[in-house]
Amino acid sequence: MELAAAKMIGAGLAAIALAGVGVGMGTIFGNYLSAAIRNPSAAQKQFPTLLLGFALTEAIGLFALVIALLILFAF
Amino acid sequence: MHQFEVHKIGPSFSINGVDLSFTNSSLFMLIGSLLIITFFIAGTRKANIVPNKIQLLNEIAFNFISKMISETAGPKARPYFPFILTIFLFILTLNMIGLLPYAFTVTSQIIITFFLAVVIFIGVTIVGFVKNGIGFLKIFAPSGVPIFLFPIIVAIEIISFLSRPVSLSVRLFANMLAGHTMLKVFGGFVVSLGIVGGWLPLSFSVALTALEILVAFLQAYVFAVLSCIYLNDALNMHH
Repeated sequence: MELAAAKMIGAGLAAIALAGVGVGMGTIFGNYLSAAIRNPSAAQKQFPTLLLGFALTEAIGLFALVIALLILFAF
Repeated sequence: MHQFEVHKIGPSFSINGVDLSFTNSSLFMLIGSLLIITFFIAGTRKANIVPNKIQLLNEIAFNFISKMISETAGPKARPYFPFILTIFLFILTLNMIGLLPYAFTVTSQIIITFFLAVVIFIGVTIVGFVKNGIGFLKIFAPSGVPIFLFPIIVAIEIISFLSRPVSLSVRLFANMLAGHTMLKVFGGFVVSLGIVGGWLPLSFSVALTALEILVAFLQAYVFAVLSCIYLNDALNMHH
């Protein structure tokens, strides 16, 4: 019984990683927006870089999901 | 969940205890490869100076990857263009096929993505040793590091180098798994809330499907870009 409870708590704790992902996403889009407003002509060229950063950051959040799933179902 | 289960199609077949049966995973990989081949054959069968519609799409895919390689890995990476294009199109096609209802997402199996990542990892390591000889080991020792930090930096660099295939494969696998799980959860809400309250999660589902199409493209692109960045490390040693 304690093991099941501890698993649930551990999987919940793994979701704390989303705080970092949230900060990262905000930084990426916020910085892109402020840079794009300062220099709109250069913004379009950096859009692929923005998407690359978005995908890389999103993946960090999904690593946390994988850890949560591993804790819940693999052990 | 049912949509992630691999099951055999047709007779079971094994060599020396290794199961080599034809599964739904192999079927969808075959479909994906055939789609790519027909796409390029249809585009280049009657190639003209002024391209027709399918040839235009082929040229867009070609130029997109070609530009990406020359931006990230420089002119020395030209010989690896077919490999990167194949990897990109293969992952993109499998991701997109997986979004169709009742289709199997091959890239949501960790072993598939891990195999692709390990092939890239071993390939890049071999290319690095062939092009630079034993000097490729300098990748673990960045210049300008203070002497007392040196052992720690080398240890960190070795760990980060060895974790490349893991992060590369888990990124693609987790994105596909999480996306499909999320769609399934919202689909379950639609059924359980019924005709009255089910419209809200249904509209969420539509928006999520649009996001998943973006993610399916982005993850294929990220996989290709990161392969190019690793290739760049091996080809252009300048630290």
